[in-house]
Amino acid sequence: METSKTLLHTTPLHAFHVAHGARMVPFAGWDMPVQYADGIKAEHLATRESAGLFDVSHMAQVWLSGPAAEAMLEALTPTDVRAIGEGRVRYSLFLNETGGVLDDLMIARLDGGLQLVVNAGRADHDIAHLRAHLGDGVEMTVKSDRALLALQGPQSPAVLERLGLDLAGFHFMQIGHFSIDGADCIVTRSGYTGEDGFEISMPAEDAERLATRLLADDAVSLAGLGARDTLRLEAGLPLWGHELDETINPVAAGLRFALSKRRREAGDFPGAGPILDDFANGAPRQLVGLLPQGGRPVRDGAELALDGTIVGIVTSGGFAPSLDAPAALGFVDSELAAAGTELMALTRGRETPVVTAALPLVPHRYIRG
Amino acid sequence: MLRYTEDHEWINLEGDTGTVGISPHAIEQLGDIVFVELPEAGTTVARGESVAVFESVKAASDIYSPAGGEITEINAGLLDDLTAITPERARECWLFKIRIENASDLDELMDEESYNAMIA
Repeated sequence: METSKTLLHTTPLHAFHVAHGARMVPFAGWDMPVQYADGIKAEHLATRESAGLFDVSHMAQVWLSGPAAEAMLEALTPTDVRAIGEGRVRYSLFLNETGGVLDDLMIARLDGGLQLVVNAGRADHDIAHLRAHLGDGVEMTVKSDRALLALQGPQSPAVLERLGLDLAGFHFMQIGHFSIDGADCIVTRSGYTGEDGFEISMPAEDAERLATRLLADDAVSLAGLGARDTLRLEAGLPLWGHELDETINPVAAGLRFALSKRRREAGDFPGAGPILDDFANGAPRQLVGLLPQGGRPVRDGAELALDGTIVGIVTSGGFAPSLDAPAALGFVDSELAAAGTELMALTRGRETPVVTAALPLVPHRYIRG
Repeated sequence: MLRYTEDHEWINLEGDTGTVGISPHAIEQLGDIVFVELPEAGTTVARGESVAVFESVKAASDIYSPAGGEITEINAGLLDDLTAITPERARECWLFKIRIENASDLDELMDEESYNAMIA
């Protein structure tokens, strides 16, 4: 299906991307930079080694306030929302009644309200889902007047400190107000690359100026959606539509940590029955890393076989620049999930040997408090 | 005689042998190339048959033979350094040579001017 360019949304940085040599592609209804002139590998490595700047304004920023906001989110997620302290961020999931995942999201508490960031491709779904559950005592605002930049990589704190930010005591999964070059920004120390880094929400009108200011730092390179995908793949972080969907249980996807203790004990979230069963007994299939042998990547949708029997499926596959080798994510029967299991990936009748590997494939380097 | 396919292969015919590669535009669109599979010399292929594969970070792309015939030689040196496959070197980065059975296979292909108009 051809997507007409005229129907695509654009972020406040669209002209900035084009001016910086981006190759723009349709993604989840948005015209987004998949890469700049240096290419995906270079952008990926620059992020791991120094700092990459990503436009993630296509993700929806949704703010909830009012006395019933916590209860409403708890009815849709397995998160102990009440326990999210002021200035803290949690990874969460919208669940369905069968224990599948409708989307993954971030929930932050700031100024007493709750701020959500959801996937671009699921934004319409998620906003409708939230709206259907709005009752008295909850106000919802979709902040389409704000841009979102991700600055990721080991040099990112130094970059922000050079712009005058005081990051003392500001660690992984915290949120706060910061002024950057005169703009009122809301910054979280988080991201989706496995690296230390920040996501910076700002008024749309400040986006181009701040992006230019950040890029002026020698440590910073622009990075597109291509590098964002290879970085999160190496980090073993699930992507909705690939490692997560309405039929995939969070335990199978390696997301036990996203099931809060109080909520597990109460068993009061959507799909609690099947999810808690898998939590206790293990899921039939499990997300693993896959290392293709022989240099050729395997791709999303390839089946995994052992002695001619199908035992799993590849959900994301490509090249891992930090490993300088192909890499993939996929689900395999849990008894085969131990690292080092040799399987065959089947693509259009061709067999590619793959070996299972523990996740993440590249260690996370978050800065925790 | 240099001709292009709609799938961005080029073929340069000298006598009854064509040298086949992919266009600068195709190389640019692929981005970082991480794996290339070439056919084996001695193989007989049909026009339009998938004969080689380019894998980039993001996707796999099949390369189709612009003409039918026997593959007589492959450019094995190409595999030594995939980063050397650049738009500027599209002609040096030929993939294989093919002895063409039927020169009329090339009749429907585009000349350089038509191809450049197509990708413009």
